[in-house]
Amino acid sequence: MGDSDLDIDGLGFGYGNASKVLDGISLKVSGPQLVSIIGPNGVGKSTLIYCINKILSPTEGTVMIQGREVRDYSVKELAKTMGFVPHATSDVFPMTVMDTVLMGRHPHSGRKITDKDVQEAYSILKTLEIEKFAMRQFDELSAGQHQKVVLARGLAQKPKILLLDEPTSNLDIKHQMDVTRILKELSERDGMTVIMISHDLNIASRYSDYIVMMYDKKIFRIGKPEEVITEENIRHVYKVESKVITDDGRPYVILRDPQFRPGPLDDNSFCSGRCEGYMPKYLLIG
Amino acid sequence: MTSDKVLRSVDIWMDEGEEFDDEVKNFRKGTVRKIIFIAGCIAAAVVAAGAAMNIGEFHIDFFEIYRIIWAHLTGNVYDENADWILWQWRLPRICCDILAGTGLAAAGVVMQSILRNPLADPYTTGISSGASFGATIAMALGLSLTTSGFAVVVNAFFFALIPTAVILAVSRFKSASPATMIMVGIAIMYMFNATSTLIRLYADPDTQAAIFAWTVGTTDIREWSHVVTMSLFVAAGLIACQLMTRRLNVIATGDESARSIGVNAERLRIVSLLVVSFLAAGIVSFTGLIGFVGLVCPHIARLIVGSDNRYLLPASAAFGALLLLIADIIGHVIVYGHSIQVGVITAFLGAPLLLYLILRQGKEVWRCP
Repeated sequence: MGDSDLDIDGLGFGYGNASKVLDGISLKVSGPQLVSIIGPNGVGKSTLIYCINKILSPTEGTVMIQGREVRDYSVKELAKTMGFVPHATSDVFPMTVMDTVLMGRHPHSGRKITDKDVQEAYSILKTLEIEKFAMRQFDELSAGQHQKVVLARGLAQKPKILLLDEPTSNLDIKHQMDVTRILKELSERDGMTVIMISHDLNIASRYSDYIVMMYDKKIFRIGKPEEVITEENIRHVYKVESKVITDDGRPYVILRDPQFRPGPLDDNSFCSGRCEGYMPKYLLIG
Repeated sequence: MTSDKVLRSVDIWMDEGEEFDDEVKNFRKGTVRKIIFIAGCIAAAVVAAGAAMNIGEFHIDFFEIYRIIWAHLTGNVYDENADWILWQWRLPRICCDILAGTGLAAAGVVMQSILRNPLADPYTTGISSGASFGATIAMALGLSLTTSGFAVVVNAFFFALIPTAVILAVSRFKSASPATMIMVGIAIMYMFNATSTLIRLYADPDTQAAIFAWTVGTTDIREWSHVVTMSLFVAAGLIACQLMTRRLNVIATGDESARSIGVNAERLRIVSLLVVSFLAAGIVSFTGLIGFVGLVCPHIARLIVGSDNRYLLPASAAFGALLLLIADIIGHVIVYGHSIQVGVITAFLGAPLLLYLILRQGKEVWRCP
């Protein structure tokens, strides 16, 4: 059997002598898959991504990329194999959208930008439906468009493994679905392993091949969405009550709030303008 | 159907996107505009150089200046007086203007990118002050790391490395933000300036006057050996900076982001600061402290060519040369019979220009980090 694209074994991380942020993380991912990492704030999701991408050095355990320890990769070698789409990016001196996306070609193309680089960057912008902004300044775009541009830059690297830190957090629901579906399709067509942090359980459930649920610095559950997204797991990890329903074979979460007592809901009532008294029984996330 | 559109786009990507020739042309068109600006600045600098050499008691016609220079270069000197005045008095100064303007503006571009701060330049980060202090103690006290003819430059480079090392140490051990690094640089600048002033207080009157004029910033040098040394520093520094420009674009997006695209931000920052120190020392040793060029030129050039360092660096460098030549002309004509040091004029021009850019510029060209 060949090496996994990503093989994490007993990974731990802590800042100085302070308590650990990650403990005993083991995970193997290979081939064209979309893997979502979910969990409450502060459980170490971003730290895990940073350890995989060599931004942070693990204090315990190993991270292997295609059979080789990540610390043995040079920064440029790693960028050819693995892309990273951060949650936020600096735009102190904003460039055009096209120039920003073309940065993703840096590990492959050196100093000269070829016509092929421009064509590839443009086709990625078109895939993400932001090609009309190609020559606009990055800082002229909305937060959601920013997120798509940074995602386009990550895709322009044409990596074998793409790590994403909440890539859809600033997008509306349509664009969240579009972007996640594109990631899923690209992973299948390009043989790319996509690992993304998500707070949207329903989006993660709809498009992911596997879900990693983290809790208290550790992996709490790994599995197919229907194995991980359960009422019991959500109660344990997020400390909230929920109702999980199944559609197209995938689980979807409806959150419940026992502390909230809505008044009677008139089916014929229509709310517009001031809406006091119009309270939903369930709150759908996503 | 959206799904079909996505599939088609993905297929286009897989087919290497051959249908985007127009977009490639459009992208390249933007590049032409940037090159035109750079060429325009160079042409304007050539004209300004002629105008600057035109000033002086010995009158030489504007177009005659270029003919005399050409005749000298081709070994067909026909007016020995004019030739001597141009080559011994005026041309070294003009070359110094061009070299100092080019080098300081380029250093400003690099500093602003690596520190991701629009206020960074060799002056505000204390690098120029360090170089100035090194040169001052070599000139006033005769204290130098070497006894060779390059004593002043070597001292300037060594002391320029001190603020560089402090900025790097603070950023490494205290995880300082780019804004903090500037504040560290300003603190060091004040420290070096105070020490330089202290030395001047105890120097003899002649040395005091020479150091004072030099501290204000002057390009009025007469020796070709100085011009040659300076041009070696500036040429080497500019080539090194230009080779780093694409990586500087990446580092400006943040260290984590840069790392994920294959650029080791920490290493690039160290190399860049060393190159800037080298460049600043090579200039400051001969001209003294010339402020605002490294700060203002990148911002003005950024308005025209954008923030892509591959074009911003040569554009700022060309504009820096032009700005210093204009400052030189103003310095020689503003008070009849006297010349004012170029450093004073750049401060007078640069300070309001910077204020204007900050207060009145409709389009944002930078953001506070």
